[in-house]
Amino acid sequence: MKALKRFGAALALCTAAVPAMADQFTAVSFGGAYGAAQQKHMLDPYMEKTGHKILFENYSGGIAEIKAQVESGNILWDVVDIEVIDLERACSEGLLEVFPHDTLPPGDDGVAASEDFSPQALSNECGVGNIVWTVLYAYSSDTIKGGQPSTINDFFNTEQFPGKRALRKRPQVNMEWALIADGVPKDQVYDRLATAEGQQQAFAKLDSIKDDLVWFDSWSQAPQLLNDGGAVMVQSANGRIFDAIQSDKKPFEMVWDGHIYDLDVWAIVKGTKHKALAEDFIRFATSSKPESGMQEVAYGPTRQSSYAYVDPAIIPKLPSAHLEEGLQASGEFWADYGESLGEKFNEWLLK
Amino acid sequence: MSQSDLSMNNNMEVRSVLTAEEMAQSRKMQRRRKVIAFAFVTPLLLFVLIAFIAPIGTMLYRSVYHPTVAQLIPDTLDALSGWDETTDIRPDDAVLNRFSVELKQLAMTRKSGKLGEEINRAMPGTSSVIKSTARKFKKLDTELLRNEGATRLLASKPQWKEVEIWRAMKASGAVFTSSSYLTALDLDRNAAGEIVARDTQVYIQLYLKSLKIALMITFLTAVIGFPLSYYLATASPKTANTLMVFVLLPFWTSLLVRTTSWIALLQTNGVVNTFLKAIHVITDPIEMLYTQSATVIAMTHILLPFMILPLYSVMKGIDPSYLRAAMSLGAKPIPAFIRIYLPMTVPGLSAGALLVFIISIGYYITPALVGGTDGQMISNIIAFHMQSSNNWELAAALGSLLLALILILYWVYDRLVGVSNIKLG
Repeated sequence: MKALKRFGAALALCTAAVPAMADQFTAVSFGGAYGAAQQKHMLDPYMEKTGHKILFENYSGGIAEIKAQVESGNILWDVVDIEVIDLERACSEGLLEVFPHDTLPPGDDGVAASEDFSPQALSNECGVGNIVWTVLYAYSSDTIKGGQPSTINDFFNTEQFPGKRALRKRPQVNMEWALIADGVPKDQVYDRLATAEGQQQAFAKLDSIKDDLVWFDSWSQAPQLLNDGGAVMVQSANGRIFDAIQSDKKPFEMVWDGHIYDLDVWAIVKGTKHKALAEDFIRFATSSKPESGMQEVAYGPTRQSSYAYVDPAIIPKLPSAHLEEGLQASGEFWADYGESLGEKFNEWLLK
Repeated sequence: MSQSDLSMNNNMEVRSVLTAEEMAQSRKMQRRRKVIAFAFVTPLLLFVLIAFIAPIGTMLYRSVYHPTVAQLIPDTLDALSGWDETTDIRPDDAVLNRFSVELKQLAMTRKSGKLGEEINRAMPGTSSVIKSTARKFKKLDTELLRNEGATRLLASKPQWKEVEIWRAMKASGAVFTSSSYLTALDLDRNAAGEIVARDTQVYIQLYLKSLKIALMITFLTAVIGFPLSYYLATASPKTANTLMVFVLLPFWTSLLVRTTSWIALLQTNGVVNTFLKAIHVITDPIEMLYTQSATVIAMTHILLPFMILPLYSVMKGIDPSYLRAAMSLGAKPIPAFIRIYLPMTVPGLSAGALLVFIISIGYYITPALVGGTDGQMISNIIAFHMQSSNNWELAAALGSLLLALILILYWVYDRLVGVSNIKLG
């Protein structure tokens, strides 16, 4: 191992000395604490190891920018971190390169990649799962005293827990939560949401707390709303709340009941000039050690062998420790109903 | 001889003084002058063409031209053209066979998702049907599909048996379509092809709300801007100059900075609420940020200079002796103001109002940042369809309707006030 490291360093020196061999490409992710963790554990070590230069940019998700680049033939991004919800669409529309899963390296413990990765991480031909993250709600123990909210029902219970609730302004997750709070079993949520009655039921449930709802647009606003007192309960990506607790010592509590978990995936934009390099980077970034670095923002690794590097104290705070309480977001459902429910959601908001 | 005959005679004399050569030269000179004048405006013309007319033209075109589906499944659409979609019988198996072959080809070139997305727009829930069937067909032989594609199709997903999916496919296949405009007006076509109201009513409401917000902002800027401009116009030059700096200062500050400072002011534990609490006016903070009033307040502040500047320059040009004359002839101050001064400020007022109104109706960034839910305007939805839902046709239709709305309002305005009355200074 040591010899390998030394060899890597020597190689890095060699490539650094010959600038013609060093290449540059662009990776894009979501920024914030998560982006910083990726920079530290995936990009920096890769640049050090290979001498290539990676430009790291931020975006707020979605496929519109990738689509614009591919359709105009002006590819600016090479590697993107994309949510599974969008991956399904982007891949089937031919916006991403197919990734050869059989070239993924085995885990550090020697287990083959196909065994080491969770099946969801490799379920799409266009990408490789990078983290497991989740949407849950959090409250501040400063503002809620007495009883502690512990279920999705409590989020909708404004009598016992008065105050504003903040949700991200989109139908995703909110519709699922409304049905779960209305008593629909988790495994039937998406079947029910596909029917007109199910959609009405979800909107009716959201209606019951409409006057107490505050809406936000980006995850970065979530911990801020909780901190400013803009809301007593806030929907958030778990990493943002974890980071606020960990780095800023905020008295926030996460509620895991009914959390909607999803994967983020590294994928390659179709038509990139640096395809081989991008594949090489993804192989590195999804190997055991770099993936485990995402524990800093409480996002879980997608391969078993990474857990060897995860601090045992963090494990209970990762989404992977709470899978039974949660529900996996359905990329397929939202590819089908995202647009029509988006319109209905806008109409409901305007009412 | 009458006067006109005389002048005509004179003219003929003048003309006859010039020789044919001189005439040609003068024409040449004039032509050259025209060419030079044209050369001077060419950069501007090119700029307007490239930055203004071409994008708007593309947008108008895109809102009706929609060739995606026709390019993806030309053969199926050709077969479907012989099928009557108003009946409740699905197309016959020959059509289904041809579609199966095309679907397989799409799957091989990874374009089935594109088709799925397009058909899904006409019939939600179809995207996964098309994609999963395409995945299955990818492994099947083309010759097999040519013969028994229909059977395979019907066996793969129950939706293929329904007539709706074929209707959706045929409707999406039209290259020139009004469907984006229908959606933008909350309308839809039913199975018989009649235009009916859609089950979701979003966009008309949004247009009305944008209009309401823009009118409210125009009114508020006029109410705030008028007394201030009057004061500026009548104050001593030194005071006026100092105050003018304060009017222009926000104008020079970045738009984002100004909007963000309103967030700091209006938020729940922000400056305004903290102050009101400190002086015991309120006990619980008022919800101000992420509301329609936040949009109105912030945009009124941002657009105020557009009202003040034309008003000020027009008021500056009004001779104060008119008002004095009116009063010395016995008019009371208020009627004198209303009947003498106010009509003279109309050119400035209408210029300011038009500027503020047209800028505010298509405003995007401020409502997006401080508007929350009920403070969103039509531009925010257009951006949503551009960036998130990827429905560029609908975005183009919504944008075109906004353009049409502004043009109509401008026309009405011209009728009522007269555009020639406008004066910017």
